Amino acid sequence: MDLLGLLTDYTLRNVLLGAALLGVVSGVLGTFAVLRGQGLLGDALAHAALPGICLAFLLTGSKAMPVLLLGAGVAAWLGALLLLWIVRQTRLAQDAALGIVLAVFFEFGLTLLTVANRRPDATQAGLDRYLFGQAATLVGENVIVMAVLAAIALLATAAVYKELKLLAFDPDFGSSLGFGVGPLSVALTTLITVAILIGLQTVGVVLMAAMLIGPAAAARQWTNRLSTMIALSAAFGAAAGVVGALISASASRIPTGPMIVLALTVIVVGSILFAPARGVLPEWWRTRRAAPETPA
Amino acid sequence: MTPALEVRDLTVVYRDAPALDRATLAVPAGTLAAIVGPNGAGKSTLLKAVQDLVPRVNGEVRVFGVPYRQARLRVGYVPQRTAVDWDFPTDVLDVVLMGTYGRLGWLRRPGRAERETALSALELVGMRDLAHRQIGQLSGGQQQRVFLARALAQQAELYLMDEPFAGVDAATERAIVDVLRGLRAAGKTVVCVHHDLESVPDYFDWVALLNVRVIASGWVSEVFTPDRLAETYGGRLGLLTRIGMA
Repeated sequence: MDLLGLLTDYTLRNVLLGAALLGVVSGVLGTFAVLRGQGLLGDALAHAALPGICLAFLLTGSKAMPVLLLGAGVAAWLGALLLLWIVRQTRLAQDAALGIVLAVFFEFGLTLLTVANRRPDATQAGLDRYLFGQAATLVGENVIVMAVLAAIALLATAAVYKELKLLAFDPDFGSSLGFGVGPLSVALTTLITVAILIGLQTVGVVLMAAMLIGPAAAARQWTNRLSTMIALSAAFGAAAGVVGALISASASRIPTGPMIVLALTVIVVGSILFAPARGVLPEWWRTRRAAPETPA
Repeated sequence: MTPALEVRDLTVVYRDAPALDRATLAVPAGTLAAIVGPNGAGKSTLLKAVQDLVPRVNGEVRVFGVPYRQARLRVGYVPQRTAVDWDFPTDVLDVVLMGTYGRLGWLRRPGRAERETALSALELVGMRDLAHRQIGQLSGGQQQRVFLARALAQQAELYLMDEPFAGVDAATERAIVDVLRGLRAAGKTVVCVHHDLESVPDYFDWVALLNVRVIASGWVSEVFTPDRLAETYGGRLGLLTRIGMA
């Protein structure tokens, strides 16, 4: 298929739009998550979404996207609540709590997935696609749902931009000004959950964390301004999404998630190695030039 | 006259051990006040508990006679410099602008007026030339001045400062003392967690000696005595001998 054919192809257009939307939203929200040191929160919440997807299908018998997304959103939210509860009520550290939520919800999700796949009405294009993503299955209505979710998430983020910046940089000071850590954490967690919902069909639950962490980590290498970092992160996310989706769509039966993450890895590694001010290689070069001649 | 800060029976418990035990004190308005005590005495906890940043088991906090929540905008805060990640992608002016966020409230963005406020605050701490410097490139003393400027941009009446002199160079220390005296001259009240006992009589009018409990509080000339200090520091007199007070 030639390039023009690719771009006018209906399926491919949906795939590209879906992947780009996901990249932008996860890039923007991932920036705040990464700066707050909460990159892995998204990982736990994404895995926690799986049992919600399966339960929604088992209860309604429907595979309609809004139904499954609702289930996913509720489950991810319950995961977030459980996480908060564990951190508050026990002496476990946050990373241990993240591990528990991720493992428990995901195991439960896999069990339900097996049950769901045994049902007579489970067709071949089953719920498995939510594990690693299968963007080729996106139809126009799915993309519209994703676009609406993306618009809501981006507008909400823009509205509380200054508050989220405070939360990421100095939550205690923000709290002393009256911007409570509690409400803002809930807002950020909710927005991250929305980003996960957008990514379910494209990259799937297993690799979603990479879409939240990768673009932001790469963007940080190139700039010292938060606004620029957010824009770059969105661009990196979208680029990885589009490239990965193209590779996945060009050969049948390649899941989209791994291809997108592969494209993202190239961006991240390149940024870590070559970014002028913070990159490993420029830094090595500067040190080498600054060092005095080694005596023989 | 109504005290600037009034704390009554403030108790904070971390895990099982009390960090603050029924702390009670009243800082007179228009003074420079120090809170001193050994490590783990609950000095930072006191400043945090006053501002609802840590949960308190018991106690009451009044600022200029009204509950803290109603007086939030009249309180400026300088947290410990080490409380934040200075590799955060932002510049000096942007951090100082955060001081204006409280008055702006939710959703409103800082504009030209807030920028002017922030630049004036930077002028006061001698950092205006560095307004656009990336914060990761600042020295410890400069970081401390940025935090001080951010609190000044709050345009508060009571300032709570957590170790503003910790790890700063001599020039920064003088600059900060000048700012504090300027605040007092303008009728503001400053409460500092402070480590250097030697400089207490020089810098401060009022002092609270804290070791989980408030051992004593009042004018420096009256309560900053060797026996009270010995009681606060658990009789570690070597320290007091060294500063020539025992």
